[in-house]
Amino acid sequence: MNMRSHLGRVRGLGSTNDGVRHWWSQRLTGMALIPLTLWLVFSFVGLVGADLNTVKSWVGSHGNPVLLGLTIVIMFHHAALGIQVIIEDYVHGEGIKTTSIIVAKAISILLSASCILAVLRLTFEG
Amino acid sequence: MVELTLPANSTVKSGRSHPAPNGAVNCKTFRIYRYDPDTGDNPCLDTFEVDLDSCGPMILDALIKIKNEIDPTLTFRRSCREGVCGSCAFNIDGTNTLACTKPISEIPGEIRIYPLPHMPVVKDLVPDLNEPYAQYRSIEPWLKADTPAPTRERLQSVEERERLDGLWECILCFCCQTSCPSYWWNGDRYLGPAVLLQAYRWIADSRDESTGDRLDNLNDPFRLYRCHTIMNCTNTCPKNLNPGQAIGAIKEAVFRRT
Repeated sequence: MNMRSHLGRVRGLGSTNDGVRHWWSQRLTGMALIPLTLWLVFSFVGLVGADLNTVKSWVGSHGNPVLLGLTIVIMFHHAALGIQVIIEDYVHGEGIKTTSIIVAKAISILLSASCILAVLRLTFEG
Repeated sequence: MVELTLPANSTVKSGRSHPAPNGAVNCKTFRIYRYDPDTGDNPCLDTFEVDLDSCGPMILDALIKIKNEIDPTLTFRRSCREGVCGSCAFNIDGTNTLACTKPISEIPGEIRIYPLPHMPVVKDLVPDLNEPYAQYRSIEPWLKADTPAPTRERLQSVEERERLDGLWECILCFCCQTSCPSYWWNGDRYLGPAVLLQAYRWIADSRDESTGDRLDNLNDPFRLYRCHTIMNCTNTCPKNLNPGQAIGAIKEAVFRRT
């Protein structure tokens, strides 16, 4: 039975004094993804039907590996931030909430690392 | 987890029917949510046919007519009957608004009236608003200044006063608060649009000297940042205010000091 006053419950453990960082990271990565995604889509459309060597030479040329790496890191970071918010919105048990957020972040890091590895292989493997 | 269906004891059943009086020609059907905590029965929808020829123009007029002439047990809050007190906020025809400023003629067909959504119901159309009142108390909605009070009012310029327009008019009816899905799912930690609009009313006040403390108190992933700009609040506000914009302004103020 909860006999705590409404004000006591509302004040709870107090403000975390953090929230703006998460919010701003999500906005900033979102804005960065607008040009990066456009670039990625147009580049991929240009590579439709190309053979492996053409793709390898595109990935390895000019700033492409750097831009690909940036897109991958920013995209998965943005996705992890967004999924964290969705979990916080809808999952209310503390244990399952924390576990889900850790799993979501781990998956995003794993996918991001795998993609980076793929770019490195395409760039440096003859 | 979020509950997307009503628990068994909250399922709304069909209730009693009160047909139009003999000889009435201009009738309107009202279907009104009823819940009596004393019986422990499920809530139900009662049907009332009201003779509009002997009824005032607003939804509140019809509710008062029903209470006076058909069923005196119908329970609802009302006071000023002119959109100033914020008591008669209900979910009318699917939208939260004030019964006293909503004309019956604006709604085609039968009119459904429910209590404000997603709040515990005390009885019939009366929701338990203790939680949002405590949230309002938690943002300390009063002027906080350390500078000793002058012998007359604390002055502000015309421009400074204008910044409070669109904020001071809020009557705390909680139509916006209870229309917000984020508040439905996380109302225990998210302060909600009505309370955040009031928080901004004090942040925007040039005479207040506690802006930093106020922002500290709000810089929290749940208290402020559960707002996902769904904008139901602004769509539903019966006073045509813009809580969504006020919340955006608080986020901007918190960001400006990073």
